[in-house]
Amino acid sequence: MSGNREGRGRMSRSDTMETVRKGLRSRYAAERRFIWYGRGAIAVALGFLVLLVGSILIKGASVVTQTHIRLTVELPLETFSKNGVVTAESIGAANYVGLVKSSLRDLFPDVSGRRDKRALDSLISSGAPYELRDHVLANPELVGQSIDIWLSASDDIDMLDKGYIDRDIDSTGRRVTDKQIGWYDKLIADGRLERQFNTTFFTSGDSREPEQAGIWGAALGSFYTLMVTLLLAFPLGVTTAVYLEEFAPKNKWTDLIEVNINNLAAVPSIIFGLLGLAVFLNIIGLPRSAPLAGGVVLALMTLPTIIIAGRAALKAVPPSIREAALGVGASRLQTVTHHVLPLAMPGMLTGSIIGMAQALGETAPLLMIGMVAFIVDLPGGPLDPATVLPVQVYIWADSPERAFVERTSAGIIVLLLFLVVMNLSAVMLRKRFERRW
Amino acid sequence: MIYWIALAALAATWLFSWKLGQGQARAIIAGGQRMHSLPGHYGSYSALWAVVPALMVLLIWSIFQPMVIDGMIVASLPQDKQALDDLFLNALVNDIRNMSVGNAVRDADDPVVIEAASLLGDWQMTSNILLAVLIAALVILGLVISRRQIAPELRARNRVERFVMVLLIMSSTIAVITTVGIVMSLLYESIEFFRRVPFYEFLFGLHWSPQTALRADQVGGSGSFGAIPIFMGTLLISTIALAIAAPIGLFSAIYMAEFSSPRARAVIKPLLEILAGVPTVVYGFFAALLVAPLLRDSGAALGIGIDSESALAAGLVMGVMIIPFVSSLSDDVITAVPRSLREGSYGLGATRAETIRQVIVPAALPGIVGALLLAASRAIGETMIVVMAAGLTANLTANPFEAVTTVTVQIVTLLTGDQEFDSAKTLSAFALGLLLFVVTLALNVLALRIVRKYREKYD
Repeated sequence: MSGNREGRGRMSRSDTMETVRKGLRSRYAAERRFIWYGRGAIAVALGFLVLLVGSILIKGASVVTQTHIRLTVELPLETFSKNGVVTAESIGAANYVGLVKSSLRDLFPDVSGRRDKRALDSLISSGAPYELRDHVLANPELVGQSIDIWLSASDDIDMLDKGYIDRDIDSTGRRVTDKQIGWYDKLIADGRLERQFNTTFFTSGDSREPEQAGIWGAALGSFYTLMVTLLLAFPLGVTTAVYLEEFAPKNKWTDLIEVNINNLAAVPSIIFGLLGLAVFLNIIGLPRSAPLAGGVVLALMTLPTIIIAGRAALKAVPPSIREAALGVGASRLQTVTHHVLPLAMPGMLTGSIIGMAQALGETAPLLMIGMVAFIVDLPGGPLDPATVLPVQVYIWADSPERAFVERTSAGIIVLLLFLVVMNLSAVMLRKRFERRW
Repeated sequence: MIYWIALAALAATWLFSWKLGQGQARAIIAGGQRMHSLPGHYGSYSALWAVVPALMVLLIWSIFQPMVIDGMIVASLPQDKQALDDLFLNALVNDIRNMSVGNAVRDADDPVVIEAASLLGDWQMTSNILLAVLIAALVILGLVISRRQIAPELRARNRVERFVMVLLIMSSTIAVITTVGIVMSLLYESIEFFRRVPFYEFLFGLHWSPQTALRADQVGGSGSFGAIPIFMGTLLISTIALAIAAPIGLFSAIYMAEFSSPRARAVIKPLLEILAGVPTVVYGFFAALLVAPLLRDSGAALGIGIDSESALAAGLVMGVMIIPFVSSLSDDVITAVPRSLREGSYGLGATRAETIRQVIVPAALPGIVGALLLAASRAIGETMIVVMAAGLTANLTANPFEAVTTVTVQIVTLLTGDQEFDSAKTLSAFALGLLLFVVTLALNVLALRIVRKYREKYD
C-alpha cells in the first residue's frame, strides 16, 4: 500500500522534474531576454541623451569663429573733418557705409549694374560700418591714411565658409548666388577672407542679423534674474524649512502648509507665469520684461525645492546635537541658529544651487511676463528690460536664417555649461561637507 | 537709488543701535547687577526697536508714494486732459515722469507737460524729505523706547526670540499665499471669461479659433472658444509621450533595481536624471530641428504623410524628457518591495525575471501607477517642447501624424504679443490655465494618495 503510493510519488516527482527541465531552457531564455529589455531601455534613453547633446555640440561649436573679410579702406581727411577740424564728433558723423562699400567695390572693379553691386555689398555684414567707426574712433590718428582692417562678413558668407551651404546645388535653391561664390573664392585666393575668434557672440546683445547677435545680453539678464530669485527664495526657503522642521506644532495649519508646498512643487511652470502676469504685472505693477518680475516668479517656483531640501538637511542633523545645546541652557532658537543651522547649511546650499539651476533653465513662465521681447541693449540692472538665456535660445530658434541655427545651438551650449557648473558645484559641496553621524 | 541709500542708512542704524543697547547692558552689569539676558540680546532688542518700524514705513511709502503722486499730478492737470481716456492719461503721466527725470519725450514742448513735470519734481523732493524726517524720528523714538526699557529684569532674549518666531511663521505662510494667489488670479480672470463665453461652450465646444474682431465690421472674427480640440491635442501628445516613457522608464528601473551591480547603478541613475535636468527649451529645439524633419522625411520615404509639426515628434521628445520621472520613482518603489517577498519567490524556484513579473511588479504596482500619473501630469503641463514642435491651430484628430495644438501652446500664443488685457481672447488663456491647474493638481493628489496607501501596507 505504502509502496504503491511511493511508486506513484516517484513517478510524479520525476514527471515534475522532467517538466521543469524541459521548461528550463525557455525560462532561462526568457530571463536573458528580460535582462536585454532592461539594457535596451537604458541604451535607448542614454542614446537619446547622447544624440541630444551631440547634435547640439556639433551644430553649435562652429560659433567660436566668425568669417571676416580684410578690406583696404581709405580714410580721407575731408570725410572725417568738419570745417577742416577733426573732432570725435566729426569722426562719428562720417559716412562709414559708403567707405566700406567703396573699398569693397575697389576689390572688384569690374562689377557693374545695380543688382550685382547690391549682391557685392551683401558680402559684408551690415554691422561692418559700425566696426570701422569704432576702430577709427579708438585710433583717430589713422584719419588721412589708408588702413587694412578685418570686418565681419555677412551671415550667408559665414555659412558658406563653414560649409553649411552646398555650392553644388542649383543656385535658385541657396542663399548665395554663383557670382557671390566667385567673389568669395577670389577673396580667399587673395588672402582677404579668414575665420577669426568670434568676440561679437560673447560680448553683445541680440540682433536681427545673425553675425551681430550675441549671448552676453541674455547672460546678464539671467544673472540679474537669478540674483533676485536667490535673494528672495533663499532666506524665505531657509526660514520656512527651519520653522516647519524645528518649531512648528503638529496641527491643521502646518499640515496645510506642508500639503501646499508639496503641491506647489508639482504645479506646471506656466501657471506661475500666469500668476506673474495677473498679479505682479497687472496688480502690483512691476515693470514688464524686467529681471525683477522674472526673478520674483522664479523665486516662488524654486521655493518648494529649497524648502524640501532644507528640511531634509535639518532632519539629517542628529537630535543629540539639539539635546546637548538645550542641556547647557541654550534657548530653542539659540540651539537652531548656533548649532543646527550651521551643520545643515551645506545641505541647504546644495538644494538652493539645484533650485537655482532649475530656475536658470526655465522658459515658459518668463514668456508670460514679457521677457521674450527683442532687446538689443545690454541690461544694466534688474529693472531694465532683458531676456534670459533659455528665452534667447527660444527667440533664435524661431528665426528663419540658417546662421541662427548655429547661434541657437551655441546659446544652448552656453546654457548647458552654466547648468553643468552649477550642478557640479552642488555635488562637490555635498561631497566636501557630507557628514556621517 | 534713494531707497538704496535709505537701506544702507538703516543697516548703519542697526549696527549703531545694537552697540548702544549692548553698551547699556554692559554698563548695568559693570554696576554690579545681574541681567536677565546676555548684553547682545539687549543690543538686538534695541536694534529691532530702532529699525523695524522705520523699515515698515519705508516699504509702505515706496509702494504708495508713486500712486499718490500720480493721483496728485492727474488732479493738477487741466480739465480737458483729465477727461482723457485711461490709456491716454497713463501715457501722459508716463511722459511727465520721463520728462522730470530728463528723458526725451514725445510732447516735450507741451506747456502742460513741462509744468506738471516740474510740479512732479517738487513733490517728489518734498516726499523724500518727509520720508527722511519720518524715518529719522522713528529711529530716535525706537532708541528712546528701548533705552528706557532696558533694565536688569527686562527679558530681552524672550522678546527678540518671539519676534524672530513671528518672522519664521510669516515666511512659512508664503507657500499658502502663493497657492491662494494662483487660485484667485486664475479664478478671477476665468470668471470674467465665462461671463462672455458660456461655460458649457468652452468645455464641450468642438471649434477653437480665439481670434476676436478688432473692428465690428470685420469678417468671421467673432471668435469661438470650444476647447475640446485642444484637450484632445494635449491628450494625444501626452499619450504618445507616456507610450514612450512608460516602457523605457519601467524597464530601466527594473534593470537598475534588480540586475545591475551597485556600481553600474551609481553611474546609470544620475545619467538618466540628466534627461530631467536638461532645460525644456533644449528639447523643443531638438524636436523642431532634428526629430520632426527626420520623421517627416522617413514618413515621405514610406509613403506616409507626416506633418512637420506632427504630434508624434512632440510626443516622442516629451516622452524622452519624462523617462527619468518614471524610472526614478519606479526604481524607488521597486527597491522598497520587502526582501522577504523576493526570497520567497526564489525559494520556490522562480527565476529573477519570473519573480519580477509575478511578484515584484504586482507588489509595486500602486507605486508604479503613481509614478506614471506624476509623469502624465508633467507631460500635460509641459510647455516649451510643444510650443516649439507642435502646431498652433486647433485640429480635432487622433492621428499622430497630423499637427495638433495643446493647452499650454494656446496659453503661450494667446498671451505673448500685444493685446488689451480684458478681451475674451486673452481671458481664455486664464480659463485654460485654471483647467490645467485643476487637472495637474488632481493627478498629483491622486498619485500621492496611491503611493502613500501602498507604503502603509509594507512598513
